[in-house]
Amino acid sequence: MLGPQFDVTSGVSTLSPIVSSLEMESMDPHHSDVTPQPSAQGKSKLRVQGFNFFYGPVQALFKVDLDIPENQVTAFIGPSGCGKSTLLRCMNRLNDLIEGARHEGNILIDGVDIFNPSIDITDLRKRVGMVFQKSNPFPKSIHENVAYGPRLQGLKSRIVLEEIVERSLRGAGLWEEVKDRLHKSALGLSGGQQQRLCIARALAVKPDVLLMDEPCSALDPIATGIIEELLFSLKKELTIVIVTHNMQQAARVSDRTAFMYLGQLVEYGLTKQLFTNPSKKQTEDYITGRFG
Amino acid sequence: MKQWVKHFMASGELFIWGCGAGLSISLLMIGGLLVLILLNGFGYFWPADLVELTLKDGKHVIGQLAGEEVSPKGIPRIRMKIGNRDLYGLDYRWINTDQIVERATPADLVMVERREWGNFYGRLQTLVKEDQTVAEGSEAVWQSLPALLRQAESSEPESTYMLLVVDANGREKSIALGQVMRVLRPNDLSKLEKVWVYAGNVWVVLTTEPREANTEGGIFPAIFGTVLMVMIMSFVVTPFGVIGALYLREYARQGVIVRIVRIAVNNLAGVPSIVFGVFGLGFFVYGVGGTLDALWFSDRLPTPTFGTGGILWASLTLALLTVPVVIVATEEGLAAVPREYREGSIGLGATKWETIWKVVLPTALPGILTGLILAMARAAGEVAPLMLTGVVKLAPAMPIDWTWPFIHLDRKFMHLGFHIYDVGFQSPNVEAAKPMVYVTTLVLILVVVTLNLTGILLRNRMRRKYAGSAV
Repeated sequence: MLGPQFDVTSGVSTLSPIVSSLEMESMDPHHSDVTPQPSAQGKSKLRVQGFNFFYGPVQALFKVDLDIPENQVTAFIGPSGCGKSTLLRCMNRLNDLIEGARHEGNILIDGVDIFNPSIDITDLRKRVGMVFQKSNPFPKSIHENVAYGPRLQGLKSRIVLEEIVERSLRGAGLWEEVKDRLHKSALGLSGGQQQRLCIARALAVKPDVLLMDEPCSALDPIATGIIEELLFSLKKELTIVIVTHNMQQAARVSDRTAFMYLGQLVEYGLTKQLFTNPSKKQTEDYITGRFG
Repeated sequence: MKQWVKHFMASGELFIWGCGAGLSISLLMIGGLLVLILLNGFGYFWPADLVELTLKDGKHVIGQLAGEEVSPKGIPRIRMKIGNRDLYGLDYRWINTDQIVERATPADLVMVERREWGNFYGRLQTLVKEDQTVAEGSEAVWQSLPALLRQAESSEPESTYMLLVVDANGREKSIALGQVMRVLRPNDLSKLEKVWVYAGNVWVVLTTEPREANTEGGIFPAIFGTVLMVMIMSFVVTPFGVIGALYLREYARQGVIVRIVRIAVNNLAGVPSIVFGVFGLGFFVYGVGGTLDALWFSDRLPTPTFGTGGILWASLTLALLTVPVVIVATEEGLAAVPREYREGSIGLGATKWETIWKVVLPTALPGILTGLILAMARAAGEVAPLMLTGVVKLAPAMPIDWTWPFIHLDRKFMHLGFHIYDVGFQSPNVEAAKPMVYVTTLVLILVVVTLNLTGILLRNRMRRKYAGSAV
């Protein structure tokens, strides 16, 4: 019944990978040095293993290995087109929607492969929430926006829904600002408020992991500051993965940082270490602004 | 000079003026048409003064002024509606202005509205009951009439009263009181009373059934038929159009086949409507209707029940005609839904169908309604396919009434567009029917405007509900 756009790519594709010049770079000596370092502070939540990703004939990710610890903020940095958003969108299989996309390798959440055919994809997306670059509240009321996820799960009770809405909005630090206009259109909020509403909407389904794809790129410094502070309180409950163009932001909010370049994970480590004492020349060049 | 021409052409000034002129001419023509219809349509209801003319040859003419012009021979003349079709045979008459000796508007002139033969213009003379004179003289008859007419209306006895009237030249005519609908003295009415009569006339046209081969009386069945048909059509065309567009835009793999289907759908909108009429007749009436009759109404055969034109088949045919409009508008509406909405919904664990149902379709609703509005406007104005699939000049019964099962979709119906054609071009007395054509046209335009306004208001309300602004 469902068309091909909705086909779930499961397992390793049978298509033979097209060897491109880009792929040759995966033989880059830098690459083999990068080994996922299990976190000293927490147990591993997300594990990416030997992950390749293709948009049709174009390979976007090359043998990425990564270990993301629980209850920490992990930032992906790198120049545009380096594959950081692609990697992020693989973690809740949003890339399944793209025609011709396929992958090789595994992504494990709590030790379970998310590409396993027995995994319920909607269940996965409930566990792995997502906040997008452009705030995208639905053209509905604030209440309806937050209640959207729980409603999908079949929750109907008004009282329970109201509780969830309040808890989620408080979690996103938006409750005080909107509690008197819950039933007004969400599109009437400011950009920063809309983005926090999107966070509240993601929180409402109680995810373990929150993926954020440049959540502050369209916001002014004040709204950005509010969201960054929010991350500190959220990471007590959640594991957060954030993609950002803004290196100061990565340095401010994240515990660990991964630097990606041309589809490869160049360096991954504790943020403090990566920014003060990068082990790779490329990383150093990038964070000091010599390229990218 | 050459330089100047070159400069002028290059500046594009010429084309701007050309475009402006083209637009102005179009607007003028539309405006002129509307004004013509409005004036003639609304003018029909006004109880104009009755004029008595005395001619050079000593004859008199009573009637309503209906126009003035210079004849092809260069002689100015006036057009009078003289009524009295049973006496003169014609409703209208041209009179050269130089023939007129005197114009007067005596208060005792009456206009008698009759059930047959149109209006009578003249003077009241005697009221007779079974050869007994009840009232004699213009004034006495006038005084006794209202009570009698009210009585006749409420009890409907065999009309035993006869009304004796005379025309301008003293020719007598007796009319049974049962034939009389209303007697008016237009010259005796004040402005306010005329407005009252005017409102009454409007009411009669909008709410009563037609008389005299549709040239007199009201057009209510046609209004009702038009509105009902458009509504049935909307109910059918919306789901089909939306489902078709959803599949084309959201599920079908975008490729050569979908592109061909899309082109075919667009071309369907350009097929002449009579072709749809023929298809409706062959497929719905004979095919589906005939099968239904054979299956469930075989006891009534050979009298067809569904195997003949009816409002259901006409509505379905029009739905077929307008489905491309809805598909195209819906597809555009769906395409305009931002990708972020879909990703946001899917990211929250919604399936594709849940995303479409809960986010995409509501967001696309204004676009869908725009398509429906266009479809309704098109459907309300179509006549050709209806003539093959169920419209009649005079429907004996309405498609909705008080007899079980209340909604009779197999019945034939009347339609304003067809009414215009029938009254204007098929009626035995085209001259007399002309005002009715204007009135029907006006009502048809008003019906279409009303339907569209309803749709537009609905759409704006939906847009406003979740508009981007903070207020």
